[in-house]
Amino acid sequence: MAYVHHSNEISHRAHEARVEDYLALLKPRVMSLVVFTALVGLLLAPGGINPFVGAVAILCIAIGAGASGALNMWYDADIDAVMSRTANRPIPAGRMERDHALAFGLVLSVFSVALLGLATNWLAAGLLAFTIFFYAVIYTMWLKRSTPQNIVIGGAAGAFPPMVGWAAVTGTISIESVVLFLIIFLWTPPHFWALALYKQSDYGAANIPMLPNVAGEPATKLQILVYSVLLVASTLIPSWIGFMGPIYTAAAVGTGAGFLWFAWALFRTTETVAMKKAGRVLFTYSLSYLAVIFLALITDHVANMLGWL
Amino acid sequence: MVEPVKRDEEAEAAARRRRRSVALGLALAAFVIIVYVLTIVKMGPAVLDRPL
Repeated sequence: MAYVHHSNEISHRAHEARVEDYLALLKPRVMSLVVFTALVGLLLAPGGINPFVGAVAILCIAIGAGASGALNMWYDADIDAVMSRTANRPIPAGRMERDHALAFGLVLSVFSVALLGLATNWLAAGLLAFTIFFYAVIYTMWLKRSTPQNIVIGGAAGAFPPMVGWAAVTGTISIESVVLFLIIFLWTPPHFWALALYKQSDYGAANIPMLPNVAGEPATKLQILVYSVLLVASTLIPSWIGFMGPIYTAAAVGTGAGFLWFAWALFRTTETVAMKKAGRVLFTYSLSYLAVIFLALITDHVANMLGWL
Repeated sequence: MVEPVKRDEEAEAAARRRRRSVALGLALAAFVIIVYVLTIVKMGPAVLDRPL
């Protein structure tokens, strides 16, 4: 509980946070991924939506995701302080008091869920509320510090946005939106374990039970490989159920083969330097991979609508 | 030497408070505009069509 220790010495500077500090609480980089995947869910959904209502829905999903980021930083200030990647966040750096982050996160959560419900429907709002709850309570407060499977379950929080976007248009949950969920859900473990492999010391210092620290590197590399196979298989489901056409299928097969190749290359490494390098390569590749998969979903959908296929 | 430093800190704190107030004001204004436009878009002229 490092923050209790620090709170007195930083309090004289902490109560005048800058606007930028509040924006940093929203985790803008995570938010950009959320906006993108939610937008894809919204655009793929059958039926269409008024553009203004759609824009408001995306804004609500983005703010809701940001709110859960603020709640995460409120709760995790003690471990953020000991990891180099997170030590400069507003609370551990002493620029903001913890309570202010809590209040900010709670207010934004309530407003984003209520506005989404009023603008679209209450299923979408309920899903957004559940996403925030899942990330802030199930992942941050419970799983992150207690099990090396933390990110497998926690990844569900990041996988909900396209489902929320879909539900905002249709008011339903259907097989297509579940598949979008599944792709991000299965993408999260190899993505974060690849990061954890080359940032092990950071997580170890913070006492977070990431898989490499707990189960060892060989077990982690194996699990990355297994999840990569499941991930690539899941990206083929949209083609299989007739939801997507040849453009998407070609992109999914091509980039999926690359993903499997890098996961296999990582699995084959035996010494630490090569492993960290391969982990970094897979981590970087996985970011563009998800972007390409979702871009391909949209491209295929638009091409289909315009009658090109 | 203590005094000017303290005054600088106070001025900086006041400036931060002011920027926060402006940001909050803009956010509230945006919220009001969004709810207003949303009402028009979702209900259209039917917004007036109710028992008074």
